[in-house]
Amino acid sequence: MNILVCISHVPDTTAKINFTADGSALDPAGVQFVINPYDEFGLTKALHLKEAQGGTITVLNVGPATTEPTLRKALAIGADQAVRIDATPTDAITVAQNIKNHISAQSYDLIICGQESIDYNGQQVPAMLAAMLELPFVNACVGLDVEGTSASAKAEIDGGHATFKATLPMVVGGKKGLVEEKDLRIPNMRGIMSARSKPLAVEAAVEGQGGTQSISFEKPAPKSAVTMVDAENVQELVKLLHEEAKAI
Amino acid sequence: MSIFVFVEDWNGSYKKASFEAVSYAKSWADSLGSNVVALTSSATDASTLGAYGADEVRAFSLSATAYGVAAQLKSLTDGASGVVIAGTNFGKSLAPAYAALAGGSLSTNTISLPLSTAPLTVKRGAFSSKGIETIALNGALPVVSFVPNAIGIQEHAGAGTTSDVQAEGDDKLEVSDVVVASGKIALPEAEVVVSAGRGLKGPENWGMVEELADLLGAATACSKPVSDIGWRPHSEHVGQTGIQVNPNLYIAIGISGAIQHLAGVSASKTIVVVNTDPEAPFFKAADYGIVGDAFQVVPQLVDALRAFKAGQ
Repeated sequence: MNILVCISHVPDTTAKINFTADGSALDPAGVQFVINPYDEFGLTKALHLKEAQGGTITVLNVGPATTEPTLRKALAIGADQAVRIDATPTDAITVAQNIKNHISAQSYDLIICGQESIDYNGQQVPAMLAAMLELPFVNACVGLDVEGTSASAKAEIDGGHATFKATLPMVVGGKKGLVEEKDLRIPNMRGIMSARSKPLAVEAAVEGQGGTQSISFEKPAPKSAVTMVDAENVQELVKLLHEEAKAI
Repeated sequence: MSIFVFVEDWNGSYKKASFEAVSYAKSWADSLGSNVVALTSSATDASTLGAYGADEVRAFSLSATAYGVAAQLKSLTDGASGVVIAGTNFGKSLAPAYAALAGGSLSTNTISLPLSTAPLTVKRGAFSSKGIETIALNGALPVVSFVPNAIGIQEHAGAGTTSDVQAEGDDKLEVSDVVVASGKIALPEAEVVVSAGRGLKGPENWGMVEELADLLGAATACSKPVSDIGWRPHSEHVGQTGIQVNPNLYIAIGISGAIQHLAGVSASKTIVVVNTDPEAPFFKAADYGIVGDAFQVVPQLVDALRAFKAGQ
């Protein structure tokens, strides 16, 4: 099975987020970048599928050269080859168009994306990509079984879950549940050494036509000081929630 | 040239987020001097939508999946000035598929009404609520998907006209099995969330959390460690890599408040924290805090809320 795993290069979940003085972009000073956590579940699922059924795993990022260490990490975890589409993308539709362009020249059986990246939180690329490729798509995917060219994908929906059946190729937007947290792998020394010699191809980007323009970033207003209530006097909390916060 | 809004139903009745979507479309249409066309399932009673600003309702037989509905919307929104879709579980799949098919420019995770309309400019959450981005949608078809409960409902004196329309969809998928617990409130849309963490010591102690949630009409949620050790399902995990919530009231019981958890809940309007540790970082992000043992505080809170409700 030929699997493509799309990888975003995002600030670590513990990162303190600051913006440049003019508010135009993230200030990367002091920020460590990682594989987007949603994508890491997808990559691990791809490894499970490959180990059970054989195949090749390609990881792909649309980004500048600074994202290559993140792709190398994915190779160290166990992907076979990497592709970086050389662009500084400005919106999701540009990213999706570039991934579509790459996929159209290949023959992937399965395309796994994280349901969203934890930087722009758009939750747009996987669904856009599927629509552009006219392929079946399952979002919030928390379980995936593949047999031959048939796939069964379990997704979170309101109040429960649904299972969808599709014929490959398909696109999923995955999250935890695709594999469990304990299944995630840390690259070992052998993986890190072998990642250095695995292929990382750089492909030229196509122009996007998304039409969205980021104007500025700001931080949310800081919270005012907490009001402490005595544990013996919870009636006071109920009163405050009703009269002051108007939350009940 | 109208503003179109997709109005989602759940088991035949409208969600609050759907009325919010119509309100959003009405506000946008008013600033353009335009009208609102609501697109909805023909299986529902659409007569209520006029009260939120729908001038016209077009009902159709919905495809089974978001992908199919996206294709239907494309055929039903010819000439739209803009489209509004609530950021529900379904809407999160629908909006980007629709934007890609119809050639729209899309803002998801939107937390404001239009700041200006030429081009459409809105604020949206980014970096897991650690940042707010202002973006402009320059394309010919701006599409807005907003965070439920971030905008609010506006009622209008009006009654829309209703007609039936036809639309072809293509699901590309077969829905084989649906398992839904009745009466559960979807976390992304919940107005009140009661959430608990490892401080509860074990899954057998969730009864009091559910009791408190029932009393408040709240959805239940949990921290990441609790879902990872299997005390609660992943679908209840709120935080940066789980579900992001935006309720009016978020009550956190026995959760220390790691930065990844705060990222998923900090958009809540009022946050109450109950924790035995006075140094728990969550208190810095809270509006109200109680230092105390959940096993004493929560039952007392349940009693106090019962008394409050009885007195209303």
